[in-house]
Amino acid sequence: MPVIDVKDLSKIFGKNAKKATKYLDEGMSKEEILKKTGNTVGVNRATFSVEAGEIFVIMGLSGSGKSTLVRLVNRLIEPTEGSVTIDGEDLSQMDKKALREVRRRKLSMVFQRFALFPHRTIVENAEFGLEVQNIDKDERRKKASESLEMVGLGDYMNQFPGQLSGGMQQRVGLARALANDPEVLLMDEAFSALDPLIRKEMQDELIALQQKMKKTILFITHDLDEALRIGDRIALMKDGKIVQIGTPEEILINPANDYVERFVEDVDRSKVLTAEHIMKRPETVDIEKHGPRTALERMRKEGLSSIYVTDADRNLKGYVTADDVAEAAGKEEKTLKNILRTEVVQVSRETTMHEIFDVIHDAKVPVAVVDNEKLEGIIVRGAVIAALSGSEVNLNGDIS
Amino acid sequence: MGIFPEIPVAEWITAATEGIQEGLKPIFTFIREDFGDFIEVFAEDWLMNVPIWLFIVVIAVLAFFASGKKFGLVAFTVIGLWFVANQGLWEELMNTFTLVIFASLISVIIGVPFGIWMAKSKPVENILTPVLDFMQTMPAFVYLIPAVAFFGIGMVPGVFASVIFATPPTVRFTNLGIRQVSGELIEASDAFGTTGTQKLFKVQLPMAKKTIMAGINQTVMLALSMVVIASMIGAKGLGQTVITALQRAQVGPGFVAGFGIVILAIIIDRFTQNLNTQRGDNP
Repeated sequence: MPVIDVKDLSKIFGKNAKKATKYLDEGMSKEEILKKTGNTVGVNRATFSVEAGEIFVIMGLSGSGKSTLVRLVNRLIEPTEGSVTIDGEDLSQMDKKALREVRRRKLSMVFQRFALFPHRTIVENAEFGLEVQNIDKDERRKKASESLEMVGLGDYMNQFPGQLSGGMQQRVGLARALANDPEVLLMDEAFSALDPLIRKEMQDELIALQQKMKKTILFITHDLDEALRIGDRIALMKDGKIVQIGTPEEILINPANDYVERFVEDVDRSKVLTAEHIMKRPETVDIEKHGPRTALERMRKEGLSSIYVTDADRNLKGYVTADDVAEAAGKEEKTLKNILRTEVVQVSRETTMHEIFDVIHDAKVPVAVVDNEKLEGIIVRGAVIAALSGSEVNLNGDIS
Repeated sequence: MGIFPEIPVAEWITAATEGIQEGLKPIFTFIREDFGDFIEVFAEDWLMNVPIWLFIVVIAVLAFFASGKKFGLVAFTVIGLWFVANQGLWEELMNTFTLVIFASLISVIIGVPFGIWMAKSKPVENILTPVLDFMQTMPAFVYLIPAVAFFGIGMVPGVFASVIFATPPTVRFTNLGIRQVSGELIEASDAFGTTGTQKLFKVQLPMAKKTIMAGINQTVMLALSMVVIASMIGAKGLGQTVITALQRAQVGPGFVAGFGIVILAIIIDRFTQNLNTQRGDNP
């Protein structure tokens, strides 16, 4: 069962919003409705669900309704239509008291401009959520301190927010959100106000923290690179509508429409595409069964200047070059063992192309993609270049 | 008078005032007698029984700490108060001080809750804003008339008139301070599931403290400015000396009493301003 389940959620700002929902049902666009009724469509029937432990990114440009959407999820903004279910409980039907309980125990939020309380010390900020629940002082101090330790701010407890840098302030924001151990973390452009280096650092840290915490995270951003970096799945929004939901790869490789395609056009693919996407099925020879003649025959057939050598279980042993094999064949040798070269450049399935650049340029033979010592595929330079240029890449690695 | 007969507004107000006076007589009597006695005890039995030198030392020490351990305010306090005592106006000063203290305290006690109410509700703000404008622009002398009707003459009507005149800044600044708290902080508070009361006491009031204190400072200054006017209906103090000097055309004594008021004003102003620091402010 998904932790967050959003169904047909709409928000229309302005008077007579209910009337405008009819036009939405008739399929009118945001502009037409604005002209006709004067109402602004914030979110247009968004439907998605987030599984436990997932980082779900909602990505869109400013005005796309993403910040409204996240506020509909914890009902900081009242939805016009639709439902939000957290852990099987429908938030839109709750009275104020029940809603408060859910906000206290299940949902925490991290804000774009940190929203720390300037009159409270760091630890007092971190314990705010617990204080609101009337948890006694010693216990909440303890939890808040642990939370601050976790984000690396254990030494700053008695400082005030104004004394900390932006990056540190947002760590406090994160610690505050984590202190009451919520199931769901709502992060509204949490890293957008930070400068690029710090932003990257925070992204890495969030990913690292998430390995330990396994929270369900709804992350809002306008930065596609950020979305692709941290998202398990991404929802792209435009004019209040969700245009596509998918994993980063799915969105890059199969954009649902022109809008998404234009959007992902400028993405630095090298940071998203991994070895898996550009590797080819390798031609191999078996070190136990095959000798130089077989190897030479295969290389000739495929037009290769080298070939990888494995054992019967596809465990990578090394490679041999055409010259060596020809020489060995000339000497009537029976095995490849004497000419086997073992200095292989290896990467794993998850290695990004960005990192592959660093190793491929001085590799003499195609780079080997290895998983558990088994040879899964090889990467040739041409595939890297083709993938970067944005050519169609499909999952079995053929380049068109 | 033509088509429209004169509307008897003055009669209505007089009638209303008399109605209130009759209707609330027990309350007014209680306030006039018991509260009046208390003010008198405070001024004459407590303040005036403190030896002058001790009073000056205590205020000077408070000034030292209030001004962040600097000596400017301390020096001014000592010299200023000594000057007033030297001019034989100590008792008058104590009476004036009492009037200002009580008027300010009551103004704040009434003003802050109204300010909060105003900040929490748009309709209340719409109603209270013109009322506050009215209270501040109506010439202060006018308040003396119902004050006398309700409370006779003396300190109590003086405090009453001062309260009406001095409350608006506290209400306005409290409202403003709370409304100025950034939307994101309110969202943060809501997102963590605060009740309205928790939000008020943990976020809005602490954040608005500086603005509210600025309003209170204004209130105190306005209460002080009522001193002379209030003495026209028998409130004791430096104002009375000024009025007497005016009636007898004595320039010298008039100015000396005026200096006393200025000295008190500066001391109170610096005290309330220096107390206005907020946690988490960058030094």
